[in-house]
Amino acid sequence: MLKQRRTFLRAGMTAGTLAVATGAGLLTPRGVLAAWPEKAFKAQKYPAALEALAGSAEATNSDAVKVKAPDIAENGAVVSVSVTTSLPKVENISVFVPVNSFPLSASFEMSDATEGFITARFKMAKTSDVIAVVKADGKLYTAKKSVKVTLGGCGG
Amino acid sequence: MANKMKIRAWIDNGKTTVKAIIFHPMETGLRKDKSSGKPIPAHYITEVSCEHNGKAILGCLWGPGVSKNPFFSFRFSGAKTGDTLKISWLDNQGQNGSSETKIS
Repeated sequence: MLKQRRTFLRAGMTAGTLAVATGAGLLTPRGVLAAWPEKAFKAQKYPAALEALAGSAEATNSDAVKVKAPDIAENGAVVSVSVTTSLPKVENISVFVPVNSFPLSASFEMSDATEGFITARFKMAKTSDVIAVVKADGKLYTAKKSVKVTLGGCGG
Repeated sequence: MANKMKIRAWIDNGKTTVKAIIFHPMETGLRKDKSSGKPIPAHYITEVSCEHNGKAILGCLWGPGVSKNPFFSFRFSGAKTGDTLKISWLDNQGQNGSSETKIS
């Protein structure tokens, strides 16, 4: 019993040291820009991209997240999307377009001062849902909106 | 890097609204040049950071799925008229730019 406990403690300590090292080097604190997550941006499927970005593909559907986008977008090269959330402690708002070659479009790192609101313009290859994933207080919440695209906006 | 960005920031009811456009081609790397048939190399903004009086308030991580000449908008609290808002960006080819404005 006692021996097991020692091993556990030692394992915990090693993990702790590692966390400090990464904290000092790669991962910058909240509100400051983290390193560009290449793996998440290069992922070609929606759940994989979310998992690479947030470490988990489990997101709860939430009424507290609202996605505003046009019902019909004539030009898929410029689709204006707003994400609003009333959730407290918003850490990150990310926007995914699952039909695009690279589903993760953008990820916004929020600070204490910023409100749960973001607007930006995205490209959409064809008719699809636009998925917003909000990270608040360490948990993932999601909402989506279907946008019909008449002219695709990813080249070709 | 003049004329590469437009920023507007104003206070309304204690909240500052920021709207910004960065002029950038945002090439995905998937498009082909119509005359030569060769792919156009990817050229897009990867990181944008927004600072209020030197304090980071919003960091954007972008992929090629953001539209050409990206527009974005956000709101934050705690600013006063005359404060400085600085937005700087970096793209995947190592180019960068920044611009400042006074909050009105």
